[in-house]
Amino acid sequence: MTTLLFYLFAALALGGGLGMVLGRTPVASLLSMVASLFSLAAIYVLLDAHFIAAIQVIVYAGAIMVLFLFVIMLLNLGHDYQRDLREFGWIAAGSVVAGLGGYAVMRAFRAEDAVTDMGGSMLIEAALREFNAVGAVAVPMFRNYMVPFELTSVLLLVAIVGAVLLAKRRV
Amino acid sequence: MLTESLILSAILFSIGVLGVVIRRNAIILFMCVELMLNAVNLAFVAFSKAVGIEGQVFVFFVMTVAAAEAAVGLAIIISIFRHTETVDIKNFNLLRW
Repeated sequence: MTTLLFYLFAALALGGGLGMVLGRTPVASLLSMVASLFSLAAIYVLLDAHFIAAIQVIVYAGAIMVLFLFVIMLLNLGHDYQRDLREFGWIAAGSVVAGLGGYAVMRAFRAEDAVTDMGGSMLIEAALREFNAVGAVAVPMFRNYMVPFELTSVLLLVAIVGAVLLAKRRV
Repeated sequence: MLTESLILSAILFSIGVLGVVIRRNAIILFMCVELMLNAVNLAFVAFSKAVGIEGQVFVFFVMTVAAAEAAVGLAIIISIFRHTETVDIKNFNLLRW
């Protein structure tokens, strides 16, 4: 059952990604992207990352995609489609590079089961039992990654100031 | 399911790269970058299934960076659109030689 669900959502994620790259209008691309991000959230649940799945839906599929949609509406890009694919040489080069790169990474992962479970799922299950879904992420974050977490707030502040400054008409 | 997730993440990343190379609409380029970030997140979550919960903490940080990047990037697109009335990157050639 889990495997079946995994393949279903993996297919949805891939279809959404392709739909985004090949979409004719920005809005169509964006909706495919939302489908892709949502199926990724489902895959996170199957991989025992419940909290990450929740913030994937809230932050990515919700906030960031709405921000994109808002800009598309603000700039009025929803209709009069103009062909924006590059010339054939670029498309051929891009396909070759992306295909070869993806194939190489896939080979590396598949080789002799390069990645095996090194007790991680047991650790995660124990953490989920002890601290629940949010606490399992929060405890290592606030114990071992406190400084990066605080620096994140500086990053967000810089992003806020930058966005306001850039989008403002007159400073 | 671990290996399959990593393969899926590789394919999604390749799709993102392909989109960045073949499209010229700046907003779609941004969405492709987001797709690549998501592919990396998937790899992190899969590896956290293998070695412990730390990978999910990194995903949290990657998401923060992605949100900040989207906000600043879209502000840049808006301010470029004000100058050129388009989001097609073939018109953004001021710094090209």
